[in-house]
Amino acid sequence: MKSNIYLQGFLTFLKIGLFTIGGGYAMIPLIEREVVDRHRWLDKEEFLDLMSLSQALPGVFAVNFSIYIGQRLRGLRGSLALAAGIVLPSFVIILLVAMFFMAFADNRVIEAVFKGVRPAVVALIAVPCVKLGKAARITPSNVWFPLLVAVAIAVAGISPVYIIIAVAVGAYIYGRYFKD
Amino acid sequence: MLFLELFYVFFKIGLFGFGGGYAMLSMIQGEVVTAHHWLTTSQFADIVAISQSTPGPIGINSATYAGYVSVVNEGYSPLMGVVGSLVATTAVVLPSFLLVLLVLKVLKHYREHPVTKTMFLALRPAVVGLLLAAVLVLLTKENFSSPAENMWQFCISVFLAVAAFVGTFFFKIHPIRMLLLSAFAGLLLFY
Repeated sequence: MKSNIYLQGFLTFLKIGLFTIGGGYAMIPLIEREVVDRHRWLDKEEFLDLMSLSQALPGVFAVNFSIYIGQRLRGLRGSLALAAGIVLPSFVIILLVAMFFMAFADNRVIEAVFKGVRPAVVALIAVPCVKLGKAARITPSNVWFPLLVAVAIAVAGISPVYIIIAVAVGAYIYGRYFKD
Repeated sequence: MLFLELFYVFFKIGLFGFGGGYAMLSMIQGEVVTAHHWLTTSQFADIVAISQSTPGPIGINSATYAGYVSVVNEGYSPLMGVVGSLVATTAVVLPSFLLVLLVLKVLKHYREHPVTKTMFLALRPAVVGLLLAAVLVLLTKENFSSPAENMWQFCISVFLAVAAFVGTFFFKIHPIRMLLLSAFAGLLLFY
């Protein structure tokens, strides 16, 4: 089973899809742990680059991730396998909810579980923030930059899409015309 | 033809849905509720609640749910509803395939170019800022309660967050195990 990378990729993303609660960013710590730390399919730098690409592209963040990683592993068939993995748990669970128990959201057990999970999800997203800092070459002299980005999004309410585009365009102009 | 229309609408949402799940939800509302009347407003509210409280990306959850309910609302059988889900979900994912594969093809040629390298060097710390923003945005009463509202829940929430951070960062506990532990703690302490 170890030798079959399609199956391994599919199962890894199935697991990620199944345990991602609260959408896009909640998946980052899981993907980072599985894809970067465990399987070493990407290094930290490429993982960061993939994040900026997925953010700049339209579509479902998690799906963009799975397609990119699948393509890097085994081309189109790899991306199909990984995307199927990330989509399948959602698809099955939502269909079951839609068909059988609409009153699901009122369930007291589910509510208690979510009260415990939500604060943990927030903390889990903070972990790659710290872990990826070094790969992003953040130092005391340039830490103002990610902090400014965070404030622009969280406080000023600017969409991350615009931030990524602005930084990319700025760096393009700098790299093309000013960097000797 | 309902299924073709479903495909077209969700392909469009996948293609123009910049900014992740929540941005997509508002597009879905515009198309599925306001423009096509496939869902009622309260059914849409159900989608939002269910997408947030089930695992998986919100974009996929909402496409699957909207695909099913739209078809069943039009008087088709639940089986056709499943087909509707399949159509909507495939359609919402398809633009991602085309775009990501295209970007990778272009990047292959330019990855080592000095200008591309400069761009990614600048983008990496920005992405860390993005993640930090996600953390800040999630520090809400909905996720943590508040001392005024429910002191007990607030303290437990803060404790669980700190424990989850310390556990995964310092003790390298797998995030999935951490989520299961906090789910169990939630069940014990909040039920």
